[in-house]
Amino acid sequence: MSEIKRRVQESLRVRMQEWLVRYGFIAVTLILFTWFLLSEETFRQPSTLFSMLKFTSVVAIVGLGVTFTMVVGGLDLSVGSVAGLGVTVSAMMMVIYNLTGLFSGISVLVAGAVVGAINAVLIVWMKIPDLLATLGMMFIIMGLKLLPVDGQSVSSKMILRDGTVAPGKFTDGFLQIDRAMVGVVPLPVVIWIVLTFISWFMLTRTRYGRIMYAVGANPEAAKLSGIRVEWYRASAYVISGIFAAIGGMILSSRIGQGDISAGNSLLLDAVAVALVGTSVLGIGKPNAWGTALGALLIGIVITGLTIKGFPYYAQDIAKGVVLVIALTFSFTLSRKKARFVPAT
Amino acid sequence: MKNNSVEMKDISKSFDSNMVLRGVDLSVPAGKVTALLGANGAGKSTLIKILSGLYPDHGGQVLVNGKPVVLESPARAKSQGIQTVHQRVDEAVVPGLSVAENLLFEKIAAGAKGMSGSLRSLLPEARKVAAALSLDWSDRFLRKDVYELDIADQQLLTLARAVVDEPSLLVLDEPTSALSAAEVDTLMAVIRRLRDQGVGILYVSHRLSEVDAIADHLVVLRDGVIRGEQDKPFAWNDALSQMLGEDSRGESSASAEQRGTEELLAISGLKLFPRSEPFDLSIRSGEVTGVIGLLGSGKSEIAEAIFGVSKISPRSMTLDQRAYNPTHPARAIKRGVYLVPEDRARLSMFPEWSISQTVTLPFLEKVTKGMTINFAQEKEMGAEVIENLGVVAQGPEQSVDSLSGGNQQKVIVGRWLMGDPKILVLDEPFRGVDIGARRAISQKSRDLAASGRAVLVFTSEVDELFEVADRVIVLVDGVPRMDTYLSKTNREEIMNTMSEVA
Repeated sequence: MSEIKRRVQESLRVRMQEWLVRYGFIAVTLILFTWFLLSEETFRQPSTLFSMLKFTSVVAIVGLGVTFTMVVGGLDLSVGSVAGLGVTVSAMMMVIYNLTGLFSGISVLVAGAVVGAINAVLIVWMKIPDLLATLGMMFIIMGLKLLPVDGQSVSSKMILRDGTVAPGKFTDGFLQIDRAMVGVVPLPVVIWIVLTFISWFMLTRTRYGRIMYAVGANPEAAKLSGIRVEWYRASAYVISGIFAAIGGMILSSRIGQGDISAGNSLLLDAVAVALVGTSVLGIGKPNAWGTALGALLIGIVITGLTIKGFPYYAQDIAKGVVLVIALTFSFTLSRKKARFVPAT
Repeated sequence: MKNNSVEMKDISKSFDSNMVLRGVDLSVPAGKVTALLGANGAGKSTLIKILSGLYPDHGGQVLVNGKPVVLESPARAKSQGIQTVHQRVDEAVVPGLSVAENLLFEKIAAGAKGMSGSLRSLLPEARKVAAALSLDWSDRFLRKDVYELDIADQQLLTLARAVVDEPSLLVLDEPTSALSAAEVDTLMAVIRRLRDQGVGILYVSHRLSEVDAIADHLVVLRDGVIRGEQDKPFAWNDALSQMLGEDSRGESSASAEQRGTEELLAISGLKLFPRSEPFDLSIRSGEVTGVIGLLGSGKSEIAEAIFGVSKISPRSMTLDQRAYNPTHPARAIKRGVYLVPEDRARLSMFPEWSISQTVTLPFLEKVTKGMTINFAQEKEMGAEVIENLGVVAQGPEQSVDSLSGGNQQKVIVGRWLMGDPKILVLDEPFRGVDIGARRAISQKSRDLAASGRAVLVFTSEVDELFEVADRVIVLVDGVPRMDTYLSKTNREEIMNTMSEVA
């Protein structure tokens, strides 16, 4: 009798655990969301929700890039600095060189891709462990971007080195990146959703994505299946660079000046959302929608806490707690063998 | 030295339900070299690990000089006088420290030498150790960072380190695998000296010529049981059949011998090891070529060279009368050369990937329409492999790692059959594979050859050879020593060739 009872309890426990691994994360998101919704008048206003989404979009997009590098078994720590580089480059192009918004946008993307390519060369061909290579790049970029602007934030009407006043300003078109609306939805949120969709499609529906996961799961076996592992790994870092640059572009448009400290805090947030994303639905692998949901959860928590009047430093605590809880779902509770474990 | 003998009585060890050692009785007398032979998976490394204190939960007893001892940890094993020199030297030395420091490392680690002990203060004792082994190591050498040593000196260093504490038993696991011929001689001289000083030595090696030269006594292990013991001079043929197994299954190659006429792959100037002679190899379509050799005879090296994953490359290769120079597996696959690698889990499987996903990976373009993978078609391909090779699975969506070893291998072999193989290379395809799967894979290989392709099977077991191959090549130390059809030779002759001691 007690044996049967024990067995029932055991199977119940296992099922509970599986449920938690699969839906625990989404449940936590919904519970928090409902709590904020019920307890805070301000939280219920659509404008609050959209501004929350808008503010989350940058982290989410940069995190999406990180997701690609995680898929191939690596990690990109230079994303925050690349986003910051994007801010400075776009401001420089428009304010100092008086170029068009479109041209600065393209320069930002190119800059991101170039940094990604350098990361790729360091990691894939020069065989430097990814964490170390991208850490090095992070410092290099953080310093290097200050070189042409003498370590100053770039704003319109600033005095240049030769004593003249900067000729240009942020163009209206460029400022619209952050301010425009598609219907009732802010443009950055639309960009976020579109990029998430594209990434999801690439990673799960195409040959490219399948191979990316193969490279991450077992590079040796992938090679013996005829895959040129190096090129796929390299592509992840280039994509990561471009996504970080897009994030930087939105950020630049939001701030409206070349703030030199912009993007610095993005790194940890972006890596965190991508890591949190691995635990969504118990997938245990980096994935596009997971990253989006991870960003959303962190966005909800931070907005909620802010509205509830918690001090700013509570945000970091909250992010950390979310990350640890999410990782508990995928590491401690999950019984899957395959899961993302950062290399080196 | 202590002149103690070490005895193992009824040693057993199992992992989960897998019994690796089933009652091994082995005694290693002092002042003698006892060689332990056994094929892969025979249980040698488990036995070594028990002796070095890594598996305290084994069955049976270990006695040192008649007294039972408990080997509960590596430190304990050492204090009981059992020293093991493991195969990977580079893992045993501590780079960044000098030779002298490495030599006396255990004493330093145990705190016997003061923390402040300078390198200079270590030198006299280090000199003593070296002198005891008649190694003429200068002070300059003793001060060197081990990082600068070549592999042979590192090997000698680990050996010297093991005898610092005057062990009763010295276990040497494949001590020569990284050494050149001259270096082997130096090592052998040191081993003889130790033996003469009264140390009991358990020598584990695949190289029969070395065992022949150094061992006084020979023990053969297979499937966790001692199958035979001999004193010098050794009857190698007996030892080898004890090691590889007399066929209990008998006539397995019921199918008629196929002989190919057309040369499909010609390799010239293939030099497998730095000290082996280059040779030419010709693989014909329409037959199954079996390459047999002991571990380390160069089988995997040939497979790798053909598939484009090797650092060694032959002078030239032609496939189908066209130059063939695979610099990457992608190129080999494009030309229809497929490899089923030796280490299944490490080299062909992706954790939690389904059968379908594993099958389609090399042929994704076949199931890709426009930009997207056609999942229905992919599933079909998986189902086809299941059907084709009789994989026991719930369906194409079941993950490969949840299958049994045999069924995993069927999936891997089956996936290449979905392509258009010109040459299918199978490296040890039957390892960890049940008899049913083995039959299925052999049959598919023979069918493939019958349809005019070439199949190349690398194996270390004669039974497998007779089951699958038409033509046999015996590889000894990186050089083919026999190349004929199976109908023209027999088990005896193949074994003899394999055991030829150069």
